[in-house]
Amino acid sequence: MSAGLKLKQVKKAYGSVQVLHGIDLDIKSGEFVVFVGPSGCGKSTLLRLIAGLEDITEGTLEIGDTVVNTLPPSKRGIAMVFQSYALYPHMTVYENMAFGLKLAKAAPGEQDRRVREAAEMLQITPYLDRLPKQLSGGQRQRVAIGRAIVRDPKVFLFDEPLSNLDAALRVATRLEIAKLHERMSDTTMIYVTHDQVEAMTLADRIVVLNYGVVEQVGTPMELYHRPDNLFVARFIGSPAMNIVSATITGTGAPATVQPETGSPVTINAEVAASYLDAKATFGVRPEDLTPTDGPGLFTGTVSIVEKLGEVTLVYLDTGLAEPITVKIDGDVEIAKGETLTVTAPTERLHLFDENGVAFPRVSLSRAAE
Amino acid sequence: MASTQSTIRIAPTGPGHPKRVKSELMRQRLRAAGWFLVPMLVALAIVAGWPLLRTIYFSFTNASLTNLYGAELIGFKNYLNWTVLKSGRIVWSGLLADPVWWNAVWNTVRFSVLSVTLETILGTIVALVLNAEFKGRGIVRAAILIPWAIPTIVSARMWGWMLNDQFGIINDVLMTFGLIDHKIAWTASADTAMIAVLIVDVWKTTPFMALLILAGLQMIPRDIYEAAAIDGVHPVKTFWKVTLPLVRPALMVAVIFRLLDAMRIFDLIYVLTPNSSQTKTISVLARENLIDFDKFAYGSAQSTMLFLIIALMTILYIWLGKVRFDGGDR
Repeated sequence: MSAGLKLKQVKKAYGSVQVLHGIDLDIKSGEFVVFVGPSGCGKSTLLRLIAGLEDITEGTLEIGDTVVNTLPPSKRGIAMVFQSYALYPHMTVYENMAFGLKLAKAAPGEQDRRVREAAEMLQITPYLDRLPKQLSGGQRQRVAIGRAIVRDPKVFLFDEPLSNLDAALRVATRLEIAKLHERMSDTTMIYVTHDQVEAMTLADRIVVLNYGVVEQVGTPMELYHRPDNLFVARFIGSPAMNIVSATITGTGAPATVQPETGSPVTINAEVAASYLDAKATFGVRPEDLTPTDGPGLFTGTVSIVEKLGEVTLVYLDTGLAEPITVKIDGDVEIAKGETLTVTAPTERLHLFDENGVAFPRVSLSRAAE
Repeated sequence: MASTQSTIRIAPTGPGHPKRVKSELMRQRLRAAGWFLVPMLVALAIVAGWPLLRTIYFSFTNASLTNLYGAELIGFKNYLNWTVLKSGRIVWSGLLADPVWWNAVWNTVRFSVLSVTLETILGTIVALVLNAEFKGRGIVRAAILIPWAIPTIVSARMWGWMLNDQFGIINDVLMTFGLIDHKIAWTASADTAMIAVLIVDVWKTTPFMALLILAGLQMIPRDIYEAAAIDGVHPVKTFWKVTLPLVRPALMVAVIFRLLDAMRIFDLIYVLTPNSSQTKTISVLARENLIDFDKFAYGSAQSTMLFLIIALMTILYIWLGKVRFDGGDR
């Protein structure tokens, strides 16, 4: 029991408000795909379209080679875990999990076996006779997952399942979901979150959405190392990538750019000759910057120091519009007001054109091939 | 100085009701709450407590309208009394031996059960409709409250005319469509008087019922219905297995409000069907005795009995229905 999904130019509009602008996606059977993006980007709407809780305005949705646009949710072979758990408050844990099966008139023995199996898997057997209100948030979430498992779905949908849990529980439950995916390795899972850590740790592939448009689809490491555009570059990674405006002064591969202040920078990107003197931006991640004694990428005064223990975040005033964030080892002693020069390896710089689209990378893309 | 050492235990989350020792802070809060309640308790004592006590007192006297203050206590004679005739026959008198009283009790109970049942069913249907999303829902929600907003006297008069046997529109419509072959004196005929009263009361109070149930429906989270849709639960099944159990607390409270109201109904019946023994309820009968027949003490006894009947039914209902007023059994 497993199926892939195909979305072709899926659009959704509420009246005249277009929420999703033609989504194309191909999700393989058994894959764990995470939809991520800022609030209002349409990721939850996309999940609800897949679930069948909302109608698709235009385009087609296939689950396992069948177009399911007009099928009711229960006929799509999906199960969904809601952000608020959506447990039936007047039913015990057992009844909550068995409700769908019972109404589908499954044999009582089969019902019982499946409920107990799922309960065992999620370690909620001791709570089977309790009401949801007698459970903690984490336990409720597991019941909600259990209810979905019992349906034996082809596609498992998660709508921000961890956002109502506290930080420690969130990490623990995240690990459980990862384990669940391992155990149910032939079940396709689609997971919506705004938390990039959840996205990075759980996903086989991440779909980054922004304003109802897919910005990039790729493995977590692809998104991290080779963002297609400025949005993805800034969205993935924490703290966010430093972005500096510059002018292209040398085309070809590698290319050279001149930031507003400081010396020219060489970047391993392939830039066509027509881009000479064009405006561009280049980015570098805080963790790729290291202090140096020699000439570096940026030099400035330390304006803020944030000690997080294992790392220290340093904000450098370099005369550019925004301070440069540097992530250095937590043991390095550094104080406000000091002057610091930092540098980064050429292949760790990212170059984007005026519209925020990344130029092809030279060394990294070749290394990946 | 052991009293200054107050013990505070933090209630563990989860089931169970651990005993908590009141702290000084808690006692302070309770005192403040008490002071806030004083004005309401005083007002209640004046407008409800005192009249109630007076009525109970009068029911044990031989008071009449002309001699309210010179009344003498006569014990339970208004409720039940007997005289032994010379022939040895015992003649019972008093409230509990009065067939007119028992007719009124029967009318009251019949009216209450029928009207509240009909209003609950119709109110639920209306609430379900109003809970769905459609254009102009706000206007419909407001419009449906109009019958409830009209003073009972006005709506009773209005319906009185509509149900009139000579000029009433209802007879006219039914005749035009050939549903009846002669005009019916809805409010005057013994067969239809109760039906007429029920129609008007249901028309008038269904909106109130619908509003209370609608409030309960809106407490149910939407995503539970989505979960049910994914579970493949048929909408009718969803209503019986999900909506109804979840709206039950609100429904029970709505029913008890209506039941209390229905048991002491007076104005509608007094205006619509005066002097019909088919619809005479306890309140109407009590007023008749208190004012028209100058049997003030006897009317007081009837009022007191009505109070006891309502109290008893309410206690039974709360106990049997496990009604909770603190937000239901979620």
